[in-house]
Amino acid sequence: MKQYEAPVLFNRQVSERYWHIAIDTSMMHEAVEPGQFFHVRCADVDSPFLRRPLSVYQIHENTIEFLYLVKGKGTTEMTRIREGETLDVLGPLGKGFELYKQSETVLLVARGVGIATLAAVAQAAFIQGSRCVAVLSARTNEDLLAAEYLEDFGAEVHKVTEEDGTSDVGNVRDIIETDIMARHTIDSIYTCGSRRLSKLSQSISSTFGIPGEIALEEHMGCAMGACFACVCDIREADTLKSVRVCIDGPVFPLNKVVIE
Amino acid sequence: MIQYKNTEVKIGGLTLKNPVMPASGAFGAEMEQAIDFNKLGAIVPKSITKHPQPGNAKPRVCETNAGMINSIGIQSKGLDYYLEHTIPQFETYDSPLIASISAESVEEFAEMASVLGNHKSVSALELNISCPNLKGNGQAFGMDPEDTFALISKARKVTDRPLIAKLTPNVTDIQEIAIAAEAGGADGLNVANTLLAMSIDVETRKPRIGNVMGGLSGPAVKPVIVRMIYQVSQVSSLPIIGCGGIMNGKDAIEMIIAGASAVQVGTASFIQPTALTDILSEMQEYMEKHGIDDIHDLIGSIEI
Ligand SMILES: Cc1cc2nc3c(=O)[nH]c(=O)nc-3n(C[C@H](O)[C@H](O)[C@H](O)COP(=O)(O)O)c2cc1C
Repeated sequence: MKQYEAPVLFNRQVSERYWHIAIDTSMMHEAVEPGQFFHVRCADVDSPFLRRPLSVYQIHENTIEFLYLVKGKGTTEMTRIREGETLDVLGPLGKGFELYKQSETVLLVARGVGIATLAAVAQAAFIQGSRCVAVLSARTNEDLLAAEYLEDFGAEVHKVTEEDGTSDVGNVRDIIETDIMARHTIDSIYTCGSRRLSKLSQSISSTFGIPGEIALEEHMGCAMGACFACVCDIREADTLKSVRVCIDGPVFPLNKVVIE
Repeated sequence: MIQYKNTEVKIGGLTLKNPVMPASGAFGAEMEQAIDFNKLGAIVPKSITKHPQPGNAKPRVCETNAGMINSIGIQSKGLDYYLEHTIPQFETYDSPLIASISAESVEEFAEMASVLGNHKSVSALELNISCPNLKGNGQAFGMDPEDTFALISKARKVTDRPLIAKLTPNVTDIQEIAIAAEAGGADGLNVANTLLAMSIDVETRKPRIGNVMGGLSGPAVKPVIVRMIYQVSQVSSLPIIGCGGIMNGKDAIEMIIAGASAVQVGTASFIQPTALTDILSEMQEYMEKHGIDDIHDLIGSIEI
């Protein structure tokens, strides 16, 4: 974990609620993994002042990109950052995804801003020669920003939205079990962004014996393991163990996480 | 270059090489990646309870104007774990280890004080008297002068190490509690823990903290804490540790001028992981700029 003042290459609105920011990371010597995050100072002011965890969306040689949902004060402040200014980031933090090397076909199940987190997985899967099938869920079609980016990596993308009335879990299960699984043998599952879809992913994982991972999104304080704000429970044998999402995660084995 | 200035302060028999230390609950081993622990006035790990306890419902933190509310609930692995893991983890540093204790009864406080207060690697105890007295009416020990006196005097009997009482600011009269703690045998007073607070999401009408209420910290609370340090210094001769809302060296100096001998820094480390050591150098710069050679010339130097 290191702190950087990273030059901002661009920061632009990409849909009604989402923004896309890119930073120059040429001064960073650590490798950044899909699923890892940076703890970002949204503005150098007293209010809002806590950092926000942003998981990496696109990882390139000398740049990192984030997709962020403008939700509260912090992310609203972030939209004011201009190209040429710097972004105060702490990271890379947390444990990222571990792609199963032998996976030929990877299933991604993501919702909302969680799509950005899994986009980084699609990129990594493409690089190792795995095929991706993705079910992306959002409120509106406009919010399904990363869909094209995933398609660029050869992913087969299924979109479901509230707007089209297609995002209910029953329908997503149908798409996965009767369409996707009829045509592909899924070797691993990755999910992020929704409790209901995480539970669905867990159920598919255990029903069909497919391993997988989940990236959790939690309110964080320090992101350094000190404050115990972002805990979750992990099932180990017959006992529950409390872990810190910021340093023990945010990626965990799919079936170990207790989803509240 | 900053010349050597005397920043050494004493709390009872304990000498701190400088007055800056972390606030309990806002400090952990992982922060070593950001700062050199040997530079800290002391090391103060998260409050420990006798038995393991799971902590509170989520969300456990939320941000408010210039502050944050937390209700972690002292998630703790218990005293045995603390003795086996936490102390060994921190005892290797040059900075003295101050163990923060939370308990549900006077007896439990005394029991833990006798274990930790006789441990070779523990230099002082901080008694978190802001936690609720479950044998009483559930209100915090530190809200009642008699409970405060009973707790501290009981702990006093079982250890010779310096005892710091961490007061709660959620009281009508902080002076009366400070007097009780001093009478009970405390060597120092930490002013103070978090301010009881609450925040509601007006869209969902739900509290923004799982436990409904929590403790406010960060810059928003600093003027309240400065006032309390000043008030406590009027009635007690004990060294005061100022805690609440310190974000930079000037904030720390303000508390020293109000009457504090040392400071603790919590929330600032979440924003700036190097906050503790940054604050120390900013304090030294202030002393340099104002030609102050000894921090004691600043303590309680408020001019009214
Ligand atoms: C996440 C968090 C956890 C805390 N846990 C404890 C604790 O276990 N024991 C304690 O005495 N104080 C605890 N505190 C209070 C701090 O030690 C400190 O008194 C308070 O945060 C005010 O200082 P600050 O404004 O510099 O953060 C906690 C504060 C925070 C933010």
